[in-house]
Amino acid sequence: MNDTDARNQPVDIKSGTSAVSTDKASEHTTAGWPLWEVFVRSSRGLSHVHAGSLHAPDAAMALRNARDLYTRRNEGVSIWVVPADAIAASDPDAKGSFFESPQGKDYRHATYYVKSEGVKHL
Amino acid sequence: MTHPTDTGIEGHGSVPGGVQGFGSGDGAASATRITPGNALRPEDIALDVQRGTARPSEDVAEYALRLGDDALILAQRLGHWISRAPELEEDVALGNIALDQLGHARSFLTYAGAAWGKTEDDLAYFRREPEFRSAHLFEQPNGDFAVTIARQFIVSYYQFELYRRLAGSADATLAAIAAKAVKEVDYHRDHSAQWVLRLAQGTEESRRRMIAGLKLVWPYVEELFEDDELTARLGDAAVVPSSLRPDFDRLTSEVLAEAELEVPQVPGAPGGGRRGRHSEHLGYLLAEMQVLAREHPGATW
Repeated sequence: MNDTDARNQPVDIKSGTSAVSTDKASEHTTAGWPLWEVFVRSSRGLSHVHAGSLHAPDAAMALRNARDLYTRRNEGVSIWVVPADAIAASDPDAKGSFFESPQGKDYRHATYYVKSEGVKHL
Repeated sequence: MTHPTDTGIEGHGSVPGGVQGFGSGDGAASATRITPGNALRPEDIALDVQRGTARPSEDVAEYALRLGDDALILAQRLGHWISRAPELEEDVALGNIALDQLGHARSFLTYAGAAWGKTEDDLAYFRREPEFRSAHLFEQPNGDFAVTIARQFIVSYYQFELYRRLAGSADATLAAIAAKAVKEVDYHRDHSAQWVLRLAQGTEESRRRMIAGLKLVWPYVEELFEDDELTARLGDAAVVPSSLRPDFDRLTSEVLAEAELEVPQVPGAPGGGRRGRHSEHLGYLLAEMQVLAREHPGATW
């Protein structure tokens, strides 16, 4: 089979996925596979860290694709995948009102305070 | 060979750098560093061959050649999917499986070559078609995605049963290669089974293609389980191919039943790959795989 044949005969899995998927993420998508965000834990005791995103027809395949894409250099011991739609994100344009307020408020840091006399092990 | 970690620094020190922690080869050295881990690599087998600590008998080498050729030819076939799969993610999935297979091929061929003073490259690039010992299933064309999945479904269920048993081989090197490979093939099983289920229960069109794909490649199942003089002579060093059949049949039919598919009732193809008799497909595959190495012998990059 040459290149052209392979390209001209893709299996129609794109439209087929909604028939087998029970995931909410795929219901919103009419073209292509839904987007998933991937979180990888690199070692026991550490937390899962956002690694990137990928496309997959459902959660089971998203986990497998994540394994193939994000742990192929021995990066992980655990993976979470989350439908990208399920993540509510802060507005980048609201950065000022959202994140600048804590600046200059030294008293919110423990180092602002003088250690009381007689307190050990701080 | 029986102690892959014995190769220590010499074995793992040659891993190219770039990522922090590379080259240490100690997966447990740090909680945060990424390391390549400690698994057996083809380079470790080559070292053992060089030192003379791993040397197969003629029969073991012939057997390793069969398994190595199966994996090599399949890796070449699967590699063709890069940039052609239905989605980028599937390019990577099939590419990963291809690379796993290539790793197994390198190990088996490196070991086999030790009997004849040949390297893995000598065996991969400078043998002619009748000298290849792969079964016909592995050289079957990729077809559409469903055909590739059907072929992979058979291959991975067969290889899993084979390597699982070969890990107990009386030959320490074969056992070590199989013990490493079986974990990877376990994932290949899962990948292909997931796709058999999805294609079979997806759309009418995907189901039609899955059924057609299975029917197309199922005749090549037969050859995988044929015993011959070599497998009989090898005894505890090898696995008797026919002994894998009941487990293969049981496990594949479980997946097919879940997918509401029938096990194809088709007559077996004549086979002959183990004796160097191949279908018309292998020659073209070899031409593409070997042309660069033959055009520029010994070239490196």
